[in-house]
Amino acid sequence: MTDPQPLHLLDVLIVDDEAGMRAGAERSLEGFTVALPDFGETVAFSVRSASTGSEALEELGARAPDIVLLDYKLPDMTGIDVLAAAPGAPDFLTIMITAFASLEVAVTATKRGAFDFLAKPFTPEELRATVTKAARSIYLQRKARRLEEEKRQVRFEFIRVLAHELKSPLAAVEGYMHLMKERMKGPELEAYDQMIERSVLRIGGMRKLVMDLLDLTRLESGRKKRAIETVDLSRSAALAADAVSAMAAARKVEVRVDAPASLPLRADPGEVDMIFSNLLTNAVKYNKEGGRAVLELKAAEPGKVSVRCSDTGIGMTEEELSRLFGEFVRMKNEHTRGIDGSGLGLSILKKVVALYGGEVRASSRYGEGTSFELTLRDAETPAAETDPSLKGA
Amino acid sequence: MTSKARMKILVVEDDPDMMEQMRIYLESEGYEVLAASNQKEAEPLIRPGAFAAAVLDLMMENPDSGFVLSHKIKKMDARIPVIIVTSVTRETGFYFDKARDPKDWIKADAIIHKELRFEQLKGELRRLTGAGEGHD
Repeated sequence: MTDPQPLHLLDVLIVDDEAGMRAGAERSLEGFTVALPDFGETVAFSVRSASTGSEALEELGARAPDIVLLDYKLPDMTGIDVLAAAPGAPDFLTIMITAFASLEVAVTATKRGAFDFLAKPFTPEELRATVTKAARSIYLQRKARRLEEEKRQVRFEFIRVLAHELKSPLAAVEGYMHLMKERMKGPELEAYDQMIERSVLRIGGMRKLVMDLLDLTRLESGRKKRAIETVDLSRSAALAADAVSAMAAARKVEVRVDAPASLPLRADPGEVDMIFSNLLTNAVKYNKEGGRAVLELKAAEPGKVSVRCSDTGIGMTEEELSRLFGEFVRMKNEHTRGIDGSGLGLSILKKVVALYGGEVRASSRYGEGTSFELTLRDAETPAAETDPSLKGA
Repeated sequence: MTSKARMKILVVEDDPDMMEQMRIYLESEGYEVLAASNQKEAEPLIRPGAFAAAVLDLMMENPDSGFVLSHKIKKMDARIPVIIVTSVTRETGFYFDKARDPKDWIKADAIIHKELRFEQLKGELRRLTGAGEGHD
């Protein structure tokens, strides 16, 4: 059989006091390969052997094998004793060989971490089948460990960026406090108004970041309590537009909602507000003076609504657009200076919209504006149920 | 004091609050501040005679903006003192070891950590501009 997949060796240690057994097992595994197409690998076996418990411990101490075929009844000790004394026992898979398949031995061996059993006498096929199972298990474990490590790295990165995002406003406020403490602008309180105002603003930004973080964590853990009811999206959109009107007026941006008189959907009102507020806040924040932000809602079919939020703002380059949905991604350029945000808004938007079976698509033209499109479907009624893809974080 | 009163410092910092605080401190020390809020804005300001020293944030629109600006300043006039302000070592564990990395690689005269910046800054500026000795 020709196999294009790379060949990997698993190290097998055979511990048995019968020379015939050791030779038989070695022969059975010689040239034997196991294809693991799921992992893109083919595995072969290199075999070492030991005839007593103490020899086995020596071999184990010299180099940890991948698989140990361990006879229960050895001249100087039992296989269980070997497992108990073995250095790094959890790092290899043990297959216990036993002549009398006693339940007691099986239970003790399993407690000591034995992976499988082979009853003596066994055929080469039985041995190969057991070893194949062991090889598969080793690769599954390795893959799981790799995934776990990747997850850990992602978490570290998240915490690192989060710490940075919290540290910047802290440093700013701390700096102002020192200036005030040293009365850098003289004894009059009025002289410090701007410092106080900026401090309040930066602390507000920190609060927003912490709140967004809590929202995101609740969404990711799937533990967010949902209260599904019939929500009039047209009304929700109008309320969200009201909420951003002060900010829009300050930036001289016109906000418009284009929606039918009423548009019912089974949804959690808080989540709907998160979606609309997020869209409108971005459309106003990243706009230009005299610009427009439009939120359009349309009934696509019963139980399905399409949403589009477009602005006549600063827009994004292709490169910026490709990074848009990352956590803590905030576009840093000459137009976005002075615009604050947690950098988590779109991550939250994406996750909330996913609860309604939707996806968020963004398109943008640099200097002309950005638009977000998404569809929302009726949420499923059982309050505890969430999209399984959001679980396991 | 008289020489300091005329001394112009280029300050490049992308956090508006940090810039404001730096300005207050430096002005209280008698310096004049030439401000830029990022690398792009700072580049056209690098001209002979425009400033006597520079204080640069390291990470702005690029992670090495401060180094790039420092390099440009030193290329124009190697005698102009450059101080880089960073919190990089705290965040990444990456350390600019002056003993091991020659200064000409870093291309700055001093590295200041963000947490300490104001007190340290005063001292470094005095030392590097020779302001305490009354000449410029």
